Amino acid sequence: MFELENAKTTQGLRRVAIDPVSRVEGHGKVTLLLDEQNKIHQVRLHIVEFRGFEVFIKGRPYWEVPVTVQRLCGICPVSHHLAASKAMDVIVGAKQLTPTAEKLRRLMHYGQIVQSNAVHFYHLASPDLLMGFDSEVAQRNIVGVAMKYPDIAKQGILLRKYGQEVIHYTAGKRIHGTGAIPGGVNKALTVAERDKLKKDLPQLIEWAKGGVELMQRFHEANPAFYNSFGLFESNMMGMVREDGALDLYHGDLRITDAEGKPIFDRFSYDNYTQILREEVKSWSYMKFPYIAELGPEKGWYKVGPLARLQTCDFIPSPLAEAARKTMLAIGNGRPVHSTLSYHWARVIEILHGLEVIQDLLNDPDVLGNDLLVKGERQEEGVGVIEAPRGVLIHHYKVNEDDQVTMCNLIVSTTHNNQAMNTAIRSVATQHLDRRVITEGLLNHIECAIRAYDPCLSCATHAMGKMPLQVELVDAAGECLSLLRRDAAGNFHNSDMYA
Amino acid sequence: MNTENTFIIDGSPIPFEPGQTVLEAALKADVFIPHLCYFPGLRPNGNCKLCTISINGKHSSACTTLARPGSEIENNTPALNDKRRLMLQMLFVEGNHFCPGCEKSGNCQLQALAYELEMMTPHFNHFFPNRKVDASHPEAFLDMNRCITCGLCVQASRDVDKKNIFILSGRGMASHVVINSPSGNLGDSDFSMSDKAASVCPVGAILPKHRGYSVPIGKRLYDGVPISSQTEFLKTRKA
Ligand code: SF4
Ligand code: FES
Repeated sequence: MFELENAKTTQGLRRVAIDPVSRVEGHGKVTLLLDEQNKIHQVRLHIVEFRGFEVFIKGRPYWEVPVTVQRLCGICPVSHHLAASKAMDVIVGAKQLTPTAEKLRRLMHYGQIVQSNAVHFYHLASPDLLMGFDSEVAQRNIVGVAMKYPDIAKQGILLRKYGQEVIHYTAGKRIHGTGAIPGGVNKALTVAERDKLKKDLPQLIEWAKGGVELMQRFHEANPAFYNSFGLFESNMMGMVREDGALDLYHGDLRITDAEGKPIFDRFSYDNYTQILREEVKSWSYMKFPYIAELGPEKGWYKVGPLARLQTCDFIPSPLAEAARKTMLAIGNGRPVHSTLSYHWARVIEILHGLEVIQDLLNDPDVLGNDLLVKGERQEEGVGVIEAPRGVLIHHYKVNEDDQVTMCNLIVSTTHNNQAMNTAIRSVATQHLDRRVITEGLLNHIECAIRAYDPCLSCATHAMGKMPLQVELVDAAGECLSLLRRDAAGNFHNSDMYA
Repeated sequence: MNTENTFIIDGSPIPFEPGQTVLEAALKADVFIPHLCYFPGLRPNGNCKLCTISINGKHSSACTTLARPGSEIENNTPALNDKRRLMLQMLFVEGNHFCPGCEKSGNCQLQALAYELEMMTPHFNHFFPNRKVDASHPEAFLDMNRCITCGLCVQASRDVDKKNIFILSGRGMASHVVINSPSGNLGDSDFSMSDKAASVCPVGAILPKHRGYSVPIGKRLYDGVPISSQTEFLKTRKA
């Protein structure tokens, strides 16, 4: 039983809900149960996941899946595109892609890492970090950052744009392209495209270094707050290549415990069903994955930048590896678990992504024209990738008529379900317990979620103008007061029954 | 120019050979008239009505109307294009056309016409009909969600392939394409991807298997040049 997951009794407790509007990526909602002294008894993050898609895709031809599955997400469609393509490579018997196809897919993927991590860090997280967690809400967005720190805002926007350009040249479109197809890719890179992408790289790498330094300074400014905010320790899962290096496109999975010791030094992701299980809880639509052998209470783990930068032995690019070492030093020999370090790891990955892109653009293979292979048709395929927010599993069965008969997706958000719940319980205990709840304090909870996944919280920062409602409900279910943000971004506090 | 064998479209003279339809003559002269159910070499069937023009003030289908000397024809006018757009909108809501995931996207005549005629919304409520998907054939994938009942596959199979595999069944709103085989499945027929019927479908209802999305975005038929400027392709295409 996890602390603060279930209140002993709901008798006499008030309920506070943070309920952003529904988005394509899923609908996130946080509920808190408080007593009269504002002591917190229960904290839960509830999310609707992608079951609809798993049903919808049944009966469709396998080659359609990598394109349609992208519609799951407007923030990291390329990850779904590539994970599904990898699964379909298995289906068409493409055991080994051509060097050109493999490298172009990597280029697309690392472009996605740069663009998605840049959105996540600069657009969604930097307002909290630079302006303060409970700063004036009207300023706490990318526009506020642009006014106060114009250079940082500009760099964030241009880093994202560069990632999108890489995607555009490899997938045909900035979002929802078609570049990867079962067995390879449909498009070669032209010399002109390659040269255009090479041109701005040195400047972008400088900016990414600046982003890493920004996180380092942020830590140095208030290490006590930084280290403890939303702190909890857990197992970690990430992808590694054969020599133990970080690899975001392909490799085995490694799981370590909170001390960084391997639980599984490596396993082939084809076997994920043997290693991982998913627990269903009555109060959430999203399952809770765990390591089968350890059980649900000990076997949960976190994924994403902070996890994979520590499950790997090293980052195979020099600038990012040096930055990783600096970050790890704050752990004094133990792994770093502080929630805000997700952002630090995230900017290190932007730097790493750009270094990988640089290597790929200098590799003549990306200009090749040998794009597609096929082999003996298979009935079942698993494709796994390190999406910007963590391990993403796609698993399909395809019948002899070429139709999908089974689809199972475990997305990064699901892997992090327990971790995010634990993080917000930690924040609630640290910052909200026995205090009058204000918008600024509720934002602390969102800050913890946002460290993992912006898809739930983009309603607050990405758009800045999406209506959001926080209700204070008594134990009888009556709404006592309502904190509401209107479409213009203004907050209104109204007592419903005053 | 021989005025005897000439008619006028939107003020310009168009020559024709006796026996040619207005659509054939217009395409030959590189004048675009929107159309969906016409395919060079197949007998015009007048199903879709996209090619509706106004001849001496009366509406008629350009694909089935024989060219006559001296006719005054309106084609590319706001009033006619409004009507055509409305017909496209009806076609879109009657079927299940999800362009973002459809492998015919970029090569689809229905989509190309929707762009050409500036269809911004479906306007009507979607029917979301329950249509058949038939994956039984090893080389072809049938997705009737996208069928606009243009009848081209029916004609091609009957008149060119001499196989009669595709048949129109039902009447009016209920008319739909069925497969003439013991089980009703394409896999049970002697259909082959080299049949003419395999490559006349203007939408993504009859597609070769395993090849989806192999042409990158930017290189597909209608990516670069709008359909109205592709009369050369439209008049010479062969299945
Ligand atoms: S399957 Fe294609 S060619 Fe046949 S009637 Fe339907 S839309 Fe026309
Ligand atoms: S093309 Fe004339 S009616 Fe369809």
